[in-house]
Amino acid sequence: MAAILQTRGLKKYFGGLRAINGVDLAIDEGELRCLIGPNGAGKSTLFKLILGSYRPSEGAILFKGEDITKLQPHLRVQRGMSIKFQVPGIFLELPVEQNLRIALQRVHRGAALDEALERLLELINLGHQRNELAASLSHGQQQWLEIAMAVALQPAALLLDEPTAGMSHEETYKTGELVKKLNASGMTIVVIEHDMAFVRQIAKRVTVLHFGEVFDDGSLDDIVRNEDVVRIYLGKV
Amino acid sequence: MPRWLALLDGPQTLGSGRAFWFVFALIVLVAALLPTFVNAFAVTNLTYFLVWVFMALGLSLIWGYAGILSFGQTAFFGLAGYTYGVISINLGDAGLWTWFALLMSLVLPAVLAVVIGYFMFYGGVRDVFVGIVTLSITLVFETFMAQTAGPEWTIGSARLNGFNGMSNMPPLTFPWGENPIIFDGPSFFWLVLGLVVLVYAGLRILVNSRFGNVLVAIRENPERAEMLGYNVRLYQLFVFVIGSVLAGMSGVLYTLWGYYITPSSMGLTAAALPIVWVAAGGRKDITATLLATVLLTWLSQQLAVKGSQYALIWMGVILLVVVLFAPEGLFVTVWKKLADRRRLRQVTTARKTVSLPSA
Repeated sequence: MAAILQTRGLKKYFGGLRAINGVDLAIDEGELRCLIGPNGAGKSTLFKLILGSYRPSEGAILFKGEDITKLQPHLRVQRGMSIKFQVPGIFLELPVEQNLRIALQRVHRGAALDEALERLLELINLGHQRNELAASLSHGQQQWLEIAMAVALQPAALLLDEPTAGMSHEETYKTGELVKKLNASGMTIVVIEHDMAFVRQIAKRVTVLHFGEVFDDGSLDDIVRNEDVVRIYLGKV
Repeated sequence: MPRWLALLDGPQTLGSGRAFWFVFALIVLVAALLPTFVNAFAVTNLTYFLVWVFMALGLSLIWGYAGILSFGQTAFFGLAGYTYGVISINLGDAGLWTWFALLMSLVLPAVLAVVIGYFMFYGGVRDVFVGIVTLSITLVFETFMAQTAGPEWTIGSARLNGFNGMSNMPPLTFPWGENPIIFDGPSFFWLVLGLVVLVYAGLRILVNSRFGNVLVAIRENPERAEMLGYNVRLYQLFVFVIGSVLAGMSGVLYTLWGYYITPSSMGLTAAALPIVWVAAGGRKDITATLLATVLLTWLSQQLAVKGSQYALIWMGVILLVVVLFAPEGLFVTVWKKLADRRRLRQVTTARKTVSLPSA
């Protein structure tokens, strides 16, 4: 299958710090990929480069075959990318329903929007809290709300930065099932995650980042067998 | 009801439904009939209170809805006033020239806002720095206009006249056979009142539309708005231009109200007052802003009659009290408290109804 999202020799320096130091990544269409690595490995930086919050120091980013390295962030989103940030980035002082409407109105109008809204509310189980301010939700619910907003755009590629941070085991499991369901519907998904149980639940292929470089890449079983990976990352968990 | 008209009520505006619009219509009707009851002086005063509403509504849109604190809306106010003066003094009141002058007094602030806004928003100027930039611009305008007292500062037949200000511009005049309609006194009041109603309704539709949804999204979290695919800077620029045209509308109507415009209309005090009105009422709601503006300009005038120095001090006190005790603004806070109480009562009533059979 063709790669939908690709980075070529991607580098990002912050002063003397090489946050991303030559990453070649190819995500196939319909893939569900996990990015793991110790803190400071450059995972979130990589996402920000892909979405355009940061400009790369060197290298190129390709999406659906188009070079988007210099494209503004909102245009990348309009081409079919969507992200859930590490820290929940929702509209705290607006009601749950309006958070979703703001996302949905990008792709829907009128009755279709109302239908899509009901579907999303059901998906994240927030129907009974639709009129409450997003700020009053629990941390886990806020994470879900943001996932729902990201999904509302019907993206071709969905990037999730630590979607289960702060969630209970049960919530984490449900999130995993949600991610699998979305992926089964054809959505390409890249997930940054620390929770190895979650990674095991969802991922077919895992990429390990370390010091801004791809350290290892393969199935989770292969990764776990690599002693170096265990030493730098898994061993600590 | 057409879909756009339904947007008069929505999530971004307080007040909705029949009762609200009935009260609104009643107030407008009473206001429209006032000139038949009160004397000419009172009509002039009423007009004065309404003239400022446009600048306040524009600031509410920019600051309250889109989250950009502009401290220099008076730059557009003054520019519009002087533009009307220069054009109308040169072209006179024949035909539709005064209306042309009025139109240009809105076009020029729009152009200025596009230029300033472009450099601010596309240049990454954010937060408090927008306030500093816009305040600097209005102060530069004031300083510049104040030194135009000399006879060399003339545009055509219009003397700019330095800190004494420009005066004697013709009123809005509509050609009507032998007796052209001159908008002065009650007719000018009705014109301004009509514009207030139009702009208020138009803004309600705007902020409750998809556009308005994006505005509040940008206020709450610009990064998230961008990552939903919205061109944040373009929205910011657009809303800044609308707000600035409204400031210009206040400026030109003020000039037409008193037939003069002075540099101090762009000074620090003038620039601070709209912030007080908008913050005191509730910047995140245009109805609250409208009420607060009329109320506070009335209060300022009442205080000024009794001793001009104290009026501004009281405005400062009001701002302080509101910021400390009702940061969302007086009217918005009261409204929300009442709504909460009503909801609580409904819940309690519902519980009682449910528990009745078992009792």
